Amino acid sequence: MSADVTSQRRSTGLVVVSSVLVLLWVVVASFPFLWTLWGSFKVESDFFSRTDWTNALNGTRTTIETGGPFTTNGYSGAWIDQDFWRNAMNTAIVVTSTVVISLTLGTLGGYALARSGFRYAFWLLMIALVFRAMPHITLVSGYLLPFFEWNLWGHLPTTIIVLVAINQPFTLWMLHSFFLQIPKDLDESAMVDGCNRFEAFWRVIVPVMWPGVITTGLFSFLLAYNDFTVTALLLSRENQTMVPRIVSFLGSTFEAGNVMFAVAAVVSITAPLFVLILFFQRQIVSGLTAGAVKG
Amino acid sequence: MPHRTFFWFILPSLVAMTLFIFVPIVSVVFQSLYVEHEQVVVVSENCGPFGCTEETTIDQDATRALREAEPLGRFAGLSVYTDRAHLAADEVGAIWAASTGLGDFVSRLMNLPFYRALIFTLSYVAIVTPLTIVLGLAIALGVNGLPKVFKGPTIFVSLLPMIVTPVVGALVLYWMMEQNGILGSALQAITGDPTLSLRASAPLTWITLYIYGVWSSAPFAFIVYYAGLQTVPQEPLEAAMVDGASRWERIRYVVIPHLAPLTVFIALIQLMDNFRVFEPIVSFNAGAVAPSLSYNIYNDLRGEITLFNSAAATSVLTILGVVILLTPVLLRTWRDFTTKGGH
Repeated sequence: MSADVTSQRRSTGLVVVSSVLVLLWVVVASFPFLWTLWGSFKVESDFFSRTDWTNALNGTRTTIETGGPFTTNGYSGAWIDQDFWRNAMNTAIVVTSTVVISLTLGTLGGYALARSGFRYAFWLLMIALVFRAMPHITLVSGYLLPFFEWNLWGHLPTTIIVLVAINQPFTLWMLHSFFLQIPKDLDESAMVDGCNRFEAFWRVIVPVMWPGVITTGLFSFLLAYNDFTVTALLLSRENQTMVPRIVSFLGSTFEAGNVMFAVAAVVSITAPLFVLILFFQRQIVSGLTAGAVKG
Repeated sequence: MPHRTFFWFILPSLVAMTLFIFVPIVSVVFQSLYVEHEQVVVVSENCGPFGCTEETTIDQDATRALREAEPLGRFAGLSVYTDRAHLAADEVGAIWAASTGLGDFVSRLMNLPFYRALIFTLSYVAIVTPLTIVLGLAIALGVNGLPKVFKGPTIFVSLLPMIVTPVVGALVLYWMMEQNGILGSALQAITGDPTLSLRASAPLTWITLYIYGVWSSAPFAFIVYYAGLQTVPQEPLEAAMVDGASRWERIRYVVIPHLAPLTVFIALIQLMDNFRVFEPIVSFNAGAVAPSLSYNIYNDLRGEITLFNSAAATSVLTILGVVILLTPVLLRTWRDFTTKGGH
C-alpha cells in the first residue's frame, strides 16, 4: 500500500511546484537545440539580428536575400562548398576504429581485473582512476613534440590510438564492474571441463557479455565523437574531423569564418546523437548509474 | 587468476595506457625543464674611414637551424616555472608589496596569465559542482513524482545537454546569449542597456560559462540521483510517516542520507571534469577574459610558434592540481582498503 498512498496524499501545492520545476528544466534543456535547428534555415542577419530579434522568427532578411522564409544555404555551403562531408568521413573512421579497438582491449583487461583476486588488480584500478582525471590537453602537450619529431603528427591512426589509450581507464572500470556481475562459476566450470582461461573467456563469457559491452561501447563512441582536444591538435587540416572543423568555421583572428556554416554543421553533428539517445536511452542511463549505484 | 594469465590479458590495455598516458606525463615534466634556444647573435665589425663599429645582428638561418636541430631547447631547470607566464615569483612578490588589501592583491594577480587561469578554474569548480548537485537532485525528485507516461520523454530531453559534443553544446548556448542572439537582446531590453554584451563584460562571460557548466552536467547528477531514488527503502519512509514526518522531513532525514554515497560519486566525477574545463571557453571565444589552465596550454600549443616548454610547465602544474584534488579520495580509498584487509 505504502508507495501508492504516499503519492496520493501529496499536497497539490507540492505537485505544482515540482511539475513547474520539471517543465522549466525540460524547456531549458531542449529549447537551445530547437532554436538552433530553426535558425539554421535562416541567413546570418536574421539569426543574429542586429536590428530586431523577431527577424529570426519571420525570416525578414532571409526572404529578401533568398526569396523564401527558409533557406538551406548554410547546409549546402558547409557540406558541399566547404567539403564538410570529408570531415564527416574522417569522424566515421576515427570513431569506428576507436570504439572497436577500445572494446577489444577493454574486455580483455576488464575481465582480468574482475577475476584476479590480487592486490595489484586493485591498484591498477586506482591508477586508472588517476589517469582518468588527467586533463586531456596535458597529455596532448606531452605528445606534440615527439610526434612532430617522428613524423607521426597529423595522421588518423595516431589520433585513433591516442583516443583508445585515453579511453582505456574508463573502459576498464566500466567493463570490470560488468564482469563482476557475471558469476564466477560460469567460466570456472568451463575450466574444470578442460578449457584454458582464454577458451573459457571466449566460449562462455563472450556470448553473455554483450549488454555490458554495448553500454561501454556507447560511451567510447561519445568520447571519440565529441572529442575536440585531441583531434584539434593532432590532426592536419585535410584529416580534420567534424568538431575541430566547426570551430574553424567560426573563423579566427587570421581568417574570416562563416557562422551560418557552423550553425548548419552543429545541427548536422547533433542529429546522430539525437538518434543515439532515441535508440539507446536505457543503456545510457544504466551506464551512467552502473558505477554509482552498484559500487 | 594466475599472475601469468592476468598479465597476458591486461597487457594490451596496459601498453596503451603506459605509452599514451604515463609516458606523456613524463614527457611534459621533461619538456618543462627546458627552454627554447635564444636567437643566435652575430657580432660583426664594420670598419670605415672613421674607425670601426661593432654591429650585432640576429642570424635568422642559424637560429632556425639550431631550433630545428634541438626542438627541445636548452636545459633551464625550474626557470620556466618561475617566469611571468607561470608562477611569476618576482611579480607576485612585487604585487604583494604594492597592494593595499586582499581584494586589491587578487585583482592585481588577475593580470598574470597563470593566476587568472587558476582563479577562473577554481571558481568554476567551486560554483558549478555544488549547483550541479543541487539542481540534479531537484530535477530527480521532481521527475520521480511525475506520472509514468512523462518520465521517459523527460529523461530523453534531459540527456541532450550532457550527451551533446561540449563544443557544440556551448556554441548553441553562446549563439543565444551573444549580443545579437535571442537571450542577449532580451537581456539588453530588460536592463535597458544596449551596450551590455558578452564581448564587453567579463563578469557576464564568467556567469554564462558557469551556466553552461551547470546546464551540461546537471543531467548526469539527475540520472544518478533518479536511479538512487528507485532504491530508497520503503520501511523507514513508512515509519517516518507513521511518526508524522512531513514530506520535506522525510526527504531530509530518509531520502537524502540514502543518497549520500551517490553524492560523493557525483562530486568526485564533477570535480575531475570541471577542473579540466576547456571546450566552452573555445566556443565562447572567451580565452582573453576567462581562461582556464587547460585553455592556457591549448593557447601555447596552437599559436604561430608552438611554445612547448611553456605549455609543458602549465601542464605539470595542472597535473599537480589534479593530484591535490584527488588526494582525499585516494587516502579514503586506501583507508577503506587497509581496514578491510584487502585480499
